[in-house]
Amino acid sequence: MSPLEIVILLPLLAALAVGFGAPVRVFSVGSALINLGLVVGLVLNFSATGADKSGYAYASARTVLENPAISFAVGADGVSLILTLLTVLVAFAAVWQISAEKPVIYHIAAQLITAGAMGAFLCTDVFFLYAFHELALIPTLLMIALHGHGDEEHRRAVAWKTTVYLGAGSLVLLAGLAWMVLEYSGGQKLTFDLTALKAQAAASPLPVEKQASIAFVLLLGFGTLVSLFPLHSWAAPAYASAPTPIAMLHSGVLKKFGLYGLFRVALPLLPQGFQQPWVHQALLFMLLGNILIMGLVTIHQKRLDDVLANSSVMHMGYIFLALAAGTEVALRGAVLLMFAHGVCIALLFSLAGRLRSQLGTLELAKLGGLGSHAPAFTVLFAFGAFASIGLPGLANFAGEVMVFIGSFQSFGAGSFGPLQWAVVLALWGVVMSAVYMLRAYRAIFQGSAQAGLFMTDPAISQRLPLIVLAAVLLVAGCCPWLLLGLMKTDLATVVETASSAVQEAAKAAPAASH
Amino acid sequence: MSVFTLEAFLAILGLLLLIVEAFAPQISRRTIAAVSLGGTALALVLFLTVASHAPDSLPSFCTPWMRLDSLALFYKGFFLVTTLVVLWLTSECASYLGKYTLEGRLNELYSLPLIVCAAMMWMAAAQDLVTVFVALELVTVSFYVLVAFARKSNLALEAGVKYLILGALSTGVLVFGIAWIYGATGTLSFDGIAKALTAADLNKSPVLLGAAFLLAGLGFKVAAAPFQSWVPDVYQGAPIPVTTFLSVGSKAAGFVVLTRTVDALTVEHSVVGPEVKGLLLILGALTVLLGSLPAMFQQSVKRLLGYSSISHAGYLLLALACVGSTRSGMNASGIVAFYLATYLPMTVLSFLVLALLRVQGSGEDIRDFRGLAKRNPFLAFIMTLSLASLAGLPLTAGFMGKLFVFVGLVDQAYWGALVCAAIGAAAGFYYYFRAIVSMYSPEASAQEPIKLAMPTRVIASALAAAIIILGLYPKPLQQILSQPPEVAAKAAH
Repeated sequence: MSPLEIVILLPLLAALAVGFGAPVRVFSVGSALINLGLVVGLVLNFSATGADKSGYAYASARTVLENPAISFAVGADGVSLILTLLTVLVAFAAVWQISAEKPVIYHIAAQLITAGAMGAFLCTDVFFLYAFHELALIPTLLMIALHGHGDEEHRRAVAWKTTVYLGAGSLVLLAGLAWMVLEYSGGQKLTFDLTALKAQAAASPLPVEKQASIAFVLLLGFGTLVSLFPLHSWAAPAYASAPTPIAMLHSGVLKKFGLYGLFRVALPLLPQGFQQPWVHQALLFMLLGNILIMGLVTIHQKRLDDVLANSSVMHMGYIFLALAAGTEVALRGAVLLMFAHGVCIALLFSLAGRLRSQLGTLELAKLGGLGSHAPAFTVLFAFGAFASIGLPGLANFAGEVMVFIGSFQSFGAGSFGPLQWAVVLALWGVVMSAVYMLRAYRAIFQGSAQAGLFMTDPAISQRLPLIVLAAVLLVAGCCPWLLLGLMKTDLATVVETASSAVQEAAKAAPAASH
Repeated sequence: MSVFTLEAFLAILGLLLLIVEAFAPQISRRTIAAVSLGGTALALVLFLTVASHAPDSLPSFCTPWMRLDSLALFYKGFFLVTTLVVLWLTSECASYLGKYTLEGRLNELYSLPLIVCAAMMWMAAAQDLVTVFVALELVTVSFYVLVAFARKSNLALEAGVKYLILGALSTGVLVFGIAWIYGATGTLSFDGIAKALTAADLNKSPVLLGAAFLLAGLGFKVAAAPFQSWVPDVYQGAPIPVTTFLSVGSKAAGFVVLTRTVDALTVEHSVVGPEVKGLLLILGALTVLLGSLPAMFQQSVKRLLGYSSISHAGYLLLALACVGSTRSGMNASGIVAFYLATYLPMTVLSFLVLALLRVQGSGEDIRDFRGLAKRNPFLAFIMTLSLASLAGLPLTAGFMGKLFVFVGLVDQAYWGALVCAAIGAAAGFYYYFRAIVSMYSPEASAQEPIKLAMPTRVIASALAAAIIILGLYPKPLQQILSQPPEVAAKAAH
């Protein structure tokens, strides 16, 4: 049994145990802690030994069906391990801070989302990749509907809107994946195995136009899940009204599934698809919508949860930028940024949840001067907020710089192409991040306290997971090579095929114009 | 011993129990239930041994009109399992059903299903339309009694009358179709029809007319649109075990016959092949839509499950329309059988939860589900599982069934039908999840917890396990079904 299967199964078993009445604290928090330890061990071991010839470490496969070939295949490379590490970190923090008086369903949902995310990141079979994401999605939606913030009517409406968006997105995604599988499966046998599909894609790539069409469908499907503009409008209300642990897990971890799918499935199998001008330009428009329009929207928010929720939508734009660029530096930076964003948004949502439960409001106008009441809280929030802005020394900075440089460097002809212009515009996003985050920080912690507003620092035991998250931001920011070193090879091959595709396209373009 | 002996045993046991009811009414309900359940369980065990050791043994007088191919064996086992769970469900519901029947008697509910089961098993192996017709009538006539069994309830009487009138009408349509087919081809056996249809000088119009009436008649039995309107009312009015039996057993029986008929009509070089496929596609797409769209507006869970049963019939019809597609390793008849095998545990499980709530005195509306998670987390869990599987959530049995249907549709490039199926699936997510959300919502008024007996727990867990196992590891079932029927048939000769 592969260790990866164990780390996927553990949260599932914890959810079952808790559901049937086992002691919550021991089983739920305990399993999260054990999983954290296991995954850290796997990462350390991987950084020492690396992947085997197939490109994966800890790989194993159990055949589910011969035809269509579906197997429960797991395997880890640097990218998936980084995201798995993110999952267990956030899951640990999320489960730890569920207070004792909350119903058991909080723990069950959190563990199911964790299991789904781990499965989605670690499976190397398209079928299970998709299936595990669905497994994580359902409890998310249920929890928003049942235990979300706000009155019942409001949260029902939010939950249905999210369900409709994500359900439709999943169906589009399924259609795209099915299309891809059918196109790549030669002969009579369908296969969902990613390795086999990759081999097929390398041996006999699809015609460029078909690649572009499938890539676009996948972009819409995965993009809806990541709140790609203009399919983003579910995300902000959903995060603002989701219960805190669910908001942490979904915005921190589960949302990365869409990006992961694009990097892991779409990019290697359809390397030329994303470089087709119409797909490429559509992608650039959409990601600039994410960065610039959502940036402006975020600046105008009046409540902390809305600021965080919208900023989370906005920051996805940078990662799509790396996808559009397709260079190795940008892609590695994007994976680092996914990790950094996940940690920092989980930290921020956790703190916002604490603020809400202590003060009963998150309206920025009603807050102020909390820095003197709760210094430890303030410092933790500062870590999250400054990381989110992209302050050097914190994890997001390294990722963002790599994305920007990697995207900018790829111009060849001496003049700016659409990609370079997009980078120039996207850089303004950093300024907007600074504006809304610093404003929120000032409104909450600086100035004079409003009358009757008082809060205390969380107890030391409650602080622990938050300190871990903040420390991770700091360590990954100061020593990004710790994470970058894990993905020495896996993105290079992706980029090789992609760049050869770009060169071919460049060769073809002058030929067409003559 | 042959399979046929088992079927005869079941039918005779059913008759004996009926006679006991008439002449020795003092024998208790429990005894009858035990005999009936025990007899079916015994038949199932014996069937499994017979099927694995000597699958092709039939007495010589049966061979002209029956054939035991792998599909027939699969369906026979399916019907036995279905009957067993229905009988057990009846004993679960006995306490409340007795209030609605004459003098609190329930014995026919234990004896008639045995006769129905025997008839369905004959149907599974039938090789000509007359055998099919006789078996089908035996099933339908028994169901006339079963549906209206709770005679003190107005809803049950309404359901009984509706089912009787429409059932009789559909029988007429079916016979009319059979007559036309016979007139056009000169034979009633499926092999003969298939052979006659490839003849170049065949007059096409009468065959088409016959095929259309045949499909319409069978469409009534499986609740295909536009003959589906009886389903919600009958499902709502009939006692829960009977509804389950209708929804699983009767539907599967209809689909065995449809499989055989369609296989014969769409044989290679058949003159009516394309038309029949087109008809199935249109019927299937329409059935999916007319099942799943109204389901979104239902308040009663029983009606909701009725509409959901219609939409599942639609997927099954679409699967049948993909005859000739082998890309998923099974042919159309295999996909239909696989889908039905996934459909059995999830449907039975959801009706079981409904029945248990009913026994507790709760209603059958979605709002009566509120607070179920508090009253009994186990029930809420298995209901969530079965509804999620009905909706086709990945990692459950329901998804596997739908996956095969969708692969078949894509393989045959039936894009319009695919879009309808996708719309149906999306709507399914809405209405099944409405029920799930309701279960986890806090209750309006405090209700007492529900206690479950040990056997109930065990059987429910087994069904839940079947849903998960079929969703995670469908390979063995697929292997059973991927053997083409012709191979098994040739081996038998």
